[in-house]
Amino acid sequence: MGQFLHEFFSPLDFIRSTPQVWDGFKLNIQLMLVAEALVLVLALLLAIVRGLPGRAALPLRAAAIVYTDFFRGTPLILVLLIVQGFAQLNYVGLSSQTLFRTGLIALTLVYTAYVTEVYRAGIESVHPSQRMAARSLGLSYMQAMRYVVLPQAIRRVIPPLLNDFIGLQKDTALVTIIGLTEAVAQAGFYSSNYLNDTAYMVAAIFFIFLTIPLARFTDHIIRERESRERAQAV
Amino acid sequence: MSTYDQFVSLRGVTKRFGDLEVLHGIDLDVAEHKVVCLIGASGSGKSTLLRCINLLEQVDAGTIVVDGQTITGTKVDVNRLRQKIGIVFQSYNLFPHMTVLQNVTLAPRKALGISRVQAEGHARALLRQIGLDDKADEFPDRLSGGQQQRVAIVRALATGPKLMLLDEITSALDPQLIGEVLELVRELAETGMTMILATHEMGFAREVASKVCFLDAGVIYEEGPPEQIFSAPREERTREFLARVLEAGRL
Repeated sequence: MGQFLHEFFSPLDFIRSTPQVWDGFKLNIQLMLVAEALVLVLALLLAIVRGLPGRAALPLRAAAIVYTDFFRGTPLILVLLIVQGFAQLNYVGLSSQTLFRTGLIALTLVYTAYVTEVYRAGIESVHPSQRMAARSLGLSYMQAMRYVVLPQAIRRVIPPLLNDFIGLQKDTALVTIIGLTEAVAQAGFYSSNYLNDTAYMVAAIFFIFLTIPLARFTDHIIRERESRERAQAV
Repeated sequence: MSTYDQFVSLRGVTKRFGDLEVLHGIDLDVAEHKVVCLIGASGSGKSTLLRCINLLEQVDAGTIVVDGQTITGTKVDVNRLRQKIGIVFQSYNLFPHMTVLQNVTLAPRKALGISRVQAEGHARALLRQIGLDDKADEFPDRLSGGQQQRVAIVRALATGPKLMLLDEITSALDPQLIGEVLELVRELAETGMTMILATHEMGFAREVASKVCFLDAGVIYEEGPPEQIFSAPREERTREFLARVLEAGRL
């Protein structure tokens, strides 16, 4: 027991490794913020494309379906390696900036596929009569989408969307395999230097502290909606 | 009377949903400033007919002319057309995430490009006319069904349509709320708005309509002035339908 505590919860190693792991964790935070911003926008565009009506939009719809099928079905770790392979093929070098971009692209590709489906579920949950009412007032398809369908759809999918973002935050750790020295990599360095695994616990704590606010925020939104709907039912 | 004297003119309008033909060669004329009521059982094609007139449904055959423009052709700007033709639905279909004022100003602002200030001024004036100006900043779920339906009518009026299509607009309302909605429609009729109503309110149809059409299985079986249709229907089916309605009213 003492050995276990020393291996994972040594106070000295905790204090000594924290700055180093934090240094790596800043990279996770950057990746997460930029990837989430990109995913929010790209997934929305893709969801709209998937819902376009008419025969003319068929190739676009098909392309969107192929995209989501591919990137939702491929493990992130493989996507990371594939994107890295592309980067190396083009001799763009292995600067830390290139690595960051590689990780960012892979995360964005995969999570865009997930979030597209979340948005799409939201769009389909808005009753067709809403779109019909908007169109009957003379609004174009895109205007009806923008002012009537999307505001209602997005409000409904915020909880599942935040849930996917929690997943994304944790998955920023996977970029370590392409050689980015983020929190997990730094913890690994520390662990092999000092032969002690406490640094991994430090990294775990960082990740947990990052997701807890998002998880509580999600709960809050769900609770607020439930109380509003109850108020309506009365 | 030639086709062009009419504000709305349908010739041979046919509509299918898959194998089901819901409208079989409908001919219908509506003169300007007149109110035409469509009566008939549920599923007789009344709603589909209205939806064809503002192109929410594409007709499979036949022509529809509105205000001298053939709208069933290929080069029709549907968005422009729909600004001229207001439609109100049974289920109100107000936008729940917008206030009453935002509901009413959305189409004038975004479809017609009217400035926000101007659109809101006009919307408030319309809401004042129906006595709902104090509800302008409420969300629709705070309003009664009758109030919501009146807002829906005002929303359809906000783009300045020349024709209003009302699709069983009192069918989802509690009986005590029907009156306020019908009153608004009556006022609209008095201002000379051309209207086509699908309705189950026979008393109201008798009062406001200049022509009543009885639809059955996608065909206009009989049409005529309300006194004739309600008092002396020529067709057996019309008589049967009216007898059923009368009976349901007694229950």
